[in-house]
Amino acid sequence: MKRLDALRGPVPPRPHDARAIAALAANPGCARRAVLDAAGVDKDGTARHLGFPAPFGQSQFAITRGNVFETLVKENGCAELLRLMRELLGLPVAQVGYQDVENVGSHLRASHTRALIDRAARESEDSAVFYDHPLFSLEIAGHTCYLEPDVVAFQLGGRFHIVEIKSFAVIDGQAEPEKVAAAARQAAVYVLALRTLMAELGHDPERVSHDVVLVCPENFANRPTATLLDVRRQLAVLKRQLTRMTRVDRLVEDLPPGLTFSLDPDSEGVPTRPAAELAEALARVPARYAPDCLSTCDMCMFCRDEARACGSTDLLGRQIRDQLGGVSRMTEALALAEGAAEPAEDQEEVARLLRLANRLREECLA
Amino acid sequence: MSALTALARLRAVREGVAQPITTVRHCHLSDRPMVFIPLRMAGEAAAPLGAMVGTDPEHPRLLVVPQPRNRDLRFAFAGELAEVLLPYIEGFGKTTETVEKRGGEPYERCLDAPQILVPNRPAVAFTGLLGRSTRFRRADGPYPVHPSVPLLGRWLTYFADRSAQPGSSLLPAVTEVLGAHWATGQSGLEDANLAALLGWIDPPAGMDGRRAAQEAEDPLLWPPAGPATDPGFDNEVLAPAIRAYEEAPTSRAVERIARALRTQLEPTWRLMWRAVELLRALPEGSRVADRWEVDRGSFTRFVERIAEGAPPQARRDGAVSAAARLAGLERARASYDVQRAYDDPLVMAEYRLTGEAFAGVVTGAEPEHFEGEGRSRKLRPLIRVRTDDPVRLAPGTAVGSPDRRGHGAEVLGFADGEILLKITKGMGRGKVPAPGSVPEPGERVCYTSLTDDFQSSAALPDPENTPWTHGGPPQEYVPDDDDAQEEWS
Repeated sequence: MKRLDALRGPVPPRPHDARAIAALAANPGCARRAVLDAAGVDKDGTARHLGFPAPFGQSQFAITRGNVFETLVKENGCAELLRLMRELLGLPVAQVGYQDVENVGSHLRASHTRALIDRAARESEDSAVFYDHPLFSLEIAGHTCYLEPDVVAFQLGGRFHIVEIKSFAVIDGQAEPEKVAAAARQAAVYVLALRTLMAELGHDPERVSHDVVLVCPENFANRPTATLLDVRRQLAVLKRQLTRMTRVDRLVEDLPPGLTFSLDPDSEGVPTRPAAELAEALARVPARYAPDCLSTCDMCMFCRDEARACGSTDLLGRQIRDQLGGVSRMTEALALAEGAAEPAEDQEEVARLLRLANRLREECLA
Repeated sequence: MSALTALARLRAVREGVAQPITTVRHCHLSDRPMVFIPLRMAGEAAAPLGAMVGTDPEHPRLLVVPQPRNRDLRFAFAGELAEVLLPYIEGFGKTTETVEKRGGEPYERCLDAPQILVPNRPAVAFTGLLGRSTRFRRADGPYPVHPSVPLLGRWLTYFADRSAQPGSSLLPAVTEVLGAHWATGQSGLEDANLAALLGWIDPPAGMDGRRAAQEAEDPLLWPPAGPATDPGFDNEVLAPAIRAYEEAPTSRAVERIARALRTQLEPTWRLMWRAVELLRALPEGSRVADRWEVDRGSFTRFVERIAEGAPPQARRDGAVSAAARLAGLERARASYDVQRAYDDPLVMAEYRLTGEAFAGVVTGAEPEHFEGEGRSRKLRPLIRVRTDDPVRLAPGTAVGSPDRRGHGAEVLGFADGEILLKITKGMGRGKVPAPGSVPEPGERVCYTSLTDDFQSSAALPDPENTPWTHGGPPQEYVPDDDDAQEEWS
């Protein structure tokens, strides 16, 4: 643990959110991201200081709309949400309890969530309860991460559903596929976290449903509608990626002693560390850049620049990289195609393909 | 994504400029296209913020919604958009030609059709949503709107639906069209940025593609092409301007918002017309006109539907129409792929790479070879072709050729790096092959197993006979006041 603290420097660790975990699982081979996340480094601040801010602004119109919608759904102890759940699950729920876990101090939230969930699972009463702002934990790459989901857990008769409130519209029963996919990936993280908690408490993890309730505005109005989203596939992917992920302690072991990503903030929190020195430190942990990072990772611009500097085929996307049979440098691939380089033993097949492609291109463009 | 495109991208990186991946243009480009760049308010499903639209590069029309959350202002926007789009669209419905069809009734087809160019795929989706949010409105009853609004909604829905059809050019997304003709030195994901894509294809003087693309990623220099706006612009420029309008809805306040939106739209407007110029410079593929004819036919049918007073398109397709639509899309996809390969040796090269096609030189021909005896004696010329391509066609495979229309052959076998072919189609009806119908020794030929043969449409029941497994016959749509009252926050 001390090692990770040293990597981060004298600032409190950044908490994870499900989006970060979903993104991490999307690129499990990236050691840089795994280490930075495990150490709780402020990636956004780091990227800014390096001069490579990520292009992830959020419009205040979107934020306002999201907040208005969430308030509407949660008003009066989730009254609107209860109506939706009743219709969706066909539940004979007369009354519902509402527990806001956020009411207790932040240091107690994890244990409070635990106690509440334990009691609910033990008693299995017929009454339903909403748990707002629960705090879950999940082990990622041998390191415990705390999750503060912006979700509600719903419990009825000892069975749990994760409820995710999103402000993108469902129009005539259809929503933007990318947004639904992102919501499903995030919800899967919560389902996994809650299941893990159930297992730790000695209950059957299957009591957490793999059907997540997605609450979105319907058509062009602000009226919410609820849909069940089966996240089994996302769960399976997430579990597999998490087990595949190299354990962080092993990654950290290989790092040179004394390495740190600290920004050396002064008394007012302004970074004082020379950017070049920080960049050099980061270069000690290999990244695995892919163009998809541009929409998920705060470090994307820095890693892209690095990939450009070394002419990596990763820049062109995974599909192209696959076409190039895993040849990692662009100049190398071109040399193979143009016959300027002899293929190594395992490159013969891709070299033949590239040479043929080169001949066909020359012939057609002549 | 083939090794050919991968190679083109690598070359683009090295040369610092995008590389062609076709030798001809595969989409129709109108002489007078309508460019439409819509902007949407962030966080809202289909709240238009403004748009730049028009057919004259020098005189774009700027439409502005000073408060996108206001329902009346949104419909006023739809009314203004209708003023620009409807006369353009309806103008094409007036001149028609009569098509004589063998074994069928002659019918009318518009001589030309409208073409609306939008920057990217999300703009197509937004056009569809704009259509969805306006086509059910009514000119009478509660919340009446101008009669042009529901009509615009139906047209926008039609264009957005049609845009899913492979090979259709009625509502093309310009980034996709450019991306189908050039390979850049960046990833496909980054190609979705119109400014960056054009930076690679046509970098300004003294700059290479990579620099130009990098500059294009700065939203202050090159605002996003929409429909999403730059969050920085939203927070720093637009939000205060909208607040000022809320406090005092004067023409000055509207002017302030219009000025702000103009800064976001004008750079994209110029890029769109630059893209049109670049595409126009490419020679058109020979089957592009055939596909445009299909588009014209589809457009004509929709003009007729509207004239007949048919109801607006349903919210969702019924089971039968959905299945028919899907089958139609699949046929269009297959046919589009084949046509592009036949039109363009560089696209055909993709199939030569995988062994589904080959090109080579004819080394021997036996034009007067016959098969069978007596009445079944048939003319079946033989040719030998030498090729260096890695052919993967089994003997017996039927092949066609882009060199001659209506020409067909069968692979007989391989010997000494040569392929033996039997010509089966396209020699004419005479006792000897029609002149020029059999390739002569020394000629370069290309053959492929891809063929664009007629495929009959899938056999589906009538909508009234939808089986219960698929929800039974769909309810007929009857317009009612509920549609007009649909909430709009």
